[in-house]
Amino acid sequence: MKRLEVLKTYKIYIGGQFPRTESGRYYTPKNKSGEVLANVCLSSRKDVREAVSAARAAFGGWSAKPAFNRGQILYRIAEVLEGRKAQFINELMKQDASSAQAEAEVSLSIDRLIYFAGWCDKFQQVFGSVNPVASSHFNFSVPEPTGVVSIVAPQENSLLGLVSVMAPVIAGGNTCIILASEMKPLCSVTFAEVIHASDVSGGVVNILTGNPNELVKYLADHMDINAIIYCEKDAATQQIIQEKSSLNVKRAIFYDSINWKKEEAENPYLIMDTQEIKTTWHPIENIGGAKSGY
Amino acid sequence: MSKAVKKNNTVKLDFNIEYAPAPESKASASIQPSYDLFINGKFEKPASKKYFDTINPATEEKLSSIAEANATDVNKAVKAARNAYDNTWSKMPAKERAKYIYRIARMIQERAREFAVIETLDGGKPIRESRDIDIPLVANHFFYYAGWADKLAYAFPNKKIQSLGVAGQIIPWNFPLLMAAWKIAPALATGNTVVLKPAETTSLTALKLAEIIQESDLPPGVVNIITGAGATGAAIVNHPDINKIAFTGSTDVGKIIQRAVAGTNKKVTLELGGKAANIIFDDAPIDQAVEGVINGIFFNQGHVCCAGSRLFVQESVYDIVLKKLKDRLSTLIVGDPMDKNTDIGAINSKQQMDNIHKYLRIGEKEGLEMYQNNCVLPKKGFFIRPTLFTNVAQSSRLAQEEIFGPVLTIQTFRTDDEVIEKANNTPFGLSAGVWTDKGSKIFNLTTKLRAGVIWANTYNKFDPTSPFGGYKESGYGREGGLHGLGAYLK
Repeated sequence: MKRLEVLKTYKIYIGGQFPRTESGRYYTPKNKSGEVLANVCLSSRKDVREAVSAARAAFGGWSAKPAFNRGQILYRIAEVLEGRKAQFINELMKQDASSAQAEAEVSLSIDRLIYFAGWCDKFQQVFGSVNPVASSHFNFSVPEPTGVVSIVAPQENSLLGLVSVMAPVIAGGNTCIILASEMKPLCSVTFAEVIHASDVSGGVVNILTGNPNELVKYLADHMDINAIIYCEKDAATQQIIQEKSSLNVKRAIFYDSINWKKEEAENPYLIMDTQEIKTTWHPIENIGGAKSGY
Repeated sequence: MSKAVKKNNTVKLDFNIEYAPAPESKASASIQPSYDLFINGKFEKPASKKYFDTINPATEEKLSSIAEANATDVNKAVKAARNAYDNTWSKMPAKERAKYIYRIARMIQERAREFAVIETLDGGKPIRESRDIDIPLVANHFFYYAGWADKLAYAFPNKKIQSLGVAGQIIPWNFPLLMAAWKIAPALATGNTVVLKPAETTSLTALKLAEIIQESDLPPGVVNIITGAGATGAAIVNHPDINKIAFTGSTDVGKIIQRAVAGTNKKVTLELGGKAANIIFDDAPIDQAVEGVINGIFFNQGHVCCAGSRLFVQESVYDIVLKKLKDRLSTLIVGDPMDKNTDIGAINSKQQMDNIHKYLRIGEKEGLEMYQNNCVLPKKGFFIRPTLFTNVAQSSRLAQEEIFGPVLTIQTFRTDDEVIEKANNTPFGLSAGVWTDKGSKIFNLTTKLRAGVIWANTYNKFDPTSPFGGYKESGYGREGGLHGLGAYLK
């Protein structure tokens, strides 16, 4: 007798745990041939709020981690993803990718994580500065994470897109709430398991599934989110995001023309999009007459 | 021991020195009876045919009539800027662009005193500040950014350097010419053209700058300076042919602008309000700290977005700090901004004075303890005594909202963690001050305070090479330094 397959429940990921949506709602994304992929959580506004609380609570610890350590953790995510490659290829194929496409997308996602892992302890040196002020001060500027970032992940390339947008955000020390691709959510949820197994503290990455049209306004108007990233060209939604973002001067970032498969998706300016520049004026004691000629 | 401390730290101020008036001469300032709009290299009458008065807030006397630009005028200015961008400025070799900016810097230096006098007459700030701080920084800012024009490729590795186009710039009344310099200099260095609107109460120095720009032979239309109030600003923000909006002003207006540009491709930088914490630890050099706190909140009548308006004093030194603050407060000279002895000049406008009075009443209603300098205020003009509030709760509106006046709230703390939490407990994040003798503590604090500029054992210091700008609701983007260039490039 053929063994009965155990089906997987696709849940959301908040604060290092895998709850169902508090709303109890679900939806059934289908692939091109009309097969139902799974019963997927239709997350609610309350789930967004829970995720923001978790992300805010995790921000202090994550942003204060040594940059080197953050780099190791991003590298670890890549390692774990590599080990589970087959599962992701399988899920991408369920979501209509050919086997070659699926293989390429997973490989590129792993490589992209490695790319940004390397930046964790380097971009500060490229984008920080020592400023030669006229007064007796040691004046320097360093990038610091903006805080909590909400991300509406790209709808296509549901794994590569999510990884490409998430990696620079967390590499820079931010924490995030990601709304996964609505119609291709399988590998996003499975990616949460990879995150969970990779020494990423709970709350640093939170992944929800659901309807962007419903949730984008909450991701944009929540007063404790510092920045929002949106990856579609939809002008009406972009306008809503900017309008709602003005409530707390949220940084609204649109990646609507980046091809995630190309090299243009790999540069440290993507990290800088969710960084603030902090300038410190440190006093220099300069009272003696000693010269530094020798 | 405690007796000895008391004795050593008690300041005796039972003397009474009368300062003879030391007024700066007005002779160097030539102010015309009326000013038109500076569009396409020429001064033009406004299509609105309307003019408004600009007054000296220290005397309430009229200084000049200023043209009010309407939407037609804004459109004309934007067209001039677009034309200059397409046909001249974006095509000019960067080296030549640099030389124009250098030339403007030099001409400002040559006419520095005239600018300082007009800045003080029109805005009410003490002549000592406009002469020694505002105007030198203006010239330095142009000088600094001039040099960047032909070196931009070194600022942003592996990035194609592209200017944005026409920048619409709206600036506040607290540092009128300095804010014009912060906006215009980096925009020109990066190859953009400009439509700038000064605040309606302080248009004069921007218009004098227009005269210099005219004399400098900068190609017509590269810089256009148009005057008016909120409606003029709105016409700039909403103009479809503007690529970039740079705004310095209140958080409320900043939010309106962010909303207004929604659905457009305009790039925006906002430098908005603040409610900075100024923190004194028990190991701080107390006299230096007290002087710094006074400068932090009373510099420019407290009309400073980064003013240190929330003082946090470690409990163990609270009594002595408060005593010294009150002593120092009582020696501050409030009055004629043109007098070189004046510490605190005129409040910029009646409207702002009323707003500050509103907060003083709120403070009293909330049951805070108020302490004011008891000097005699001039009979005419807009003046407010420097004010301290003690017994302030974290939830007090005075500790939460930006007052933009000479009003300081004082709170206490015991531990580093406590003060970091209190200091960060605000929607703003522009600046903060830390007073301690310990370098390691400074670095701990500067890492944990969520604000764009942290001053240690100093306050309200500015430099063209030093990036300035906020976290959270204090805005986004930086002005000054290498990072300030990014605001004007794709």
